Amino acid sequence: MNNPSHLHYAASHEWLALEGETGTVGITDHAQHELSDVVFVQLPKIGSRIEAGASAAVVESVKAASDIYSPVGGEVVGVNTELETNPALVNTDPFGAGWIFKLRVSNPAEISALKNAADYEKSLGV
Amino acid sequence: MEQEPLKRTALHTSHIESGGRMVPFGGWEMPVQFRGIIEEHNAVRTKSGVFDISHMGEFFVSADSPEKVDACLNRLLTNDVSRLKVGQGQYSFLLNEQGGVVDDLILYRQSPNTFFVVVNASKIDEDFARLTALSDAGVEWSNRSGEFSAVALQGPESVDIYRKAFGKDAPMPSRFELSLLAWREQTILVARTGYTGEDGVELFFPHSLARPVWSLLLEKGAMPIGLGARDTLRMEACYPLNGNDLDATTTPLEAGMSFAVAINKPDFVGKNALTVQIAAGLSRKLVAFSIEGKGAPPRSHYQLFLGTQKVGEVTSGTFSPSLQKGIGLGYVSAHASAPGTVLDMEVRGQRVPIVIKPKPLYKGHSL
Repeated sequence: MNNPSHLHYAASHEWLALEGETGTVGITDHAQHELSDVVFVQLPKIGSRIEAGASAAVVESVKAASDIYSPVGGEVVGVNTELETNPALVNTDPFGAGWIFKLRVSNPAEISALKNAADYEKSLGV
Repeated sequence: MEQEPLKRTALHTSHIESGGRMVPFGGWEMPVQFRGIIEEHNAVRTKSGVFDISHMGEFFVSADSPEKVDACLNRLLTNDVSRLKVGQGQYSFLLNEQGGVVDDLILYRQSPNTFFVVVNASKIDEDFARLTALSDAGVEWSNRSGEFSAVALQGPESVDIYRKAFGKDAPMPSRFELSLLAWREQTILVARTGYTGEDGVELFFPHSLARPVWSLLLEKGAMPIGLGARDTLRMEACYPLNGNDLDATTTPLEAGMSFAVAINKPDFVGKNALTVQIAAGLSRKLVAFSIEGKGAPPRSHYQLFLGTQKVGEVTSGTFSPSLQKGIGLGYVSAHASAPGTVLDMEVRGQRVPIVIKPKPLYKGHSL
């Protein structure tokens, strides 16, 4: 299982990359595999404020729509518009080009509630 | 909720070996996908795929004369069985007294006075109870669903694969017909039917043949296909799914399936209600539609609007791998149901335009 060690992981299978006060959010390889073919991503609005654990985006596979929860609270400062034309990036590069949104993290202390890669993998039973 | 353990088909181990992702479906544990819904969908549209349909139900009905069994089936079901010669099949409905759909099914005249009936998995017990309760004296029904495994081999290369598997002289029925194939000292019922819009066959056989048949078809080039792609394929072909697009409150006429209703028969269960509906005119119709451009795929129960007026509801929806956009089926008020009509679909509080399309949404290579 290739979950990058520099990322923070939510139990609901999102990852957070922190650079300064900006967090980038996507879904894990495990999550994209469970969802299978992603055909549509509803992105959050830039400028919207999201609480930790609140629904921020929707990823739709052929069969179903799944909420994507923000691992930490903050203001949305960027969205991956590439996903509007190529939603399958979530499948093919979940930790890279398949990122979903960026937010200005309002309370960095919330990151302590997230898992590191080793603990996330343990939670998957791998 | 029912707490009964999920039933497994005779192909359960084969599915695990092929990497199938098993999910609950109508009381059964079935593969929703193997390699991925889109890849499987495309394999059926361009080559050939094989589905486990062992969960479906199989009944046999017979009487001591063709007249007796024909009269009974013509009273119980909507279509006219007297048209069927030996080996021919037809799509038909079992209705309630209000003209609503209990089940949609296919039946074949296997011999002059015996019919083979294939029904939906979730309706086996209800159908059998209703058919036997309403049946005539001297007409014998048997529910042999527990004895049969079944697979559907679908896609443009399926007939070739069938012949590679069972021999070039193996019987190949015509569209909606049934043949008997002798294989390994057993009998396989071979029907030229399917639920994908592609040419292909459905095979019904004793459980002991399940693994050998499945393995042989894979070896000859068919890809294993799960229920996920079965759903996208049937939606593109605009085949209704009982429980989604058909139920006890919808009639075959509203569903656009009047070709399977012989309304001029003297009597059949639900006829009075359908006659009233015809006289009054249909107030709603099952339409097919697509999203224009990139947008969220339709899902069951999304609401449809014409301006501010709610005119309908989605009953089935998905992303169409063939058309590369969202598609759906839904019941819409008759005045808003013509192909070309633009409606709004509410998705998570936002309205997105959809366009009603002629059926089918995608024309496959079926005969």
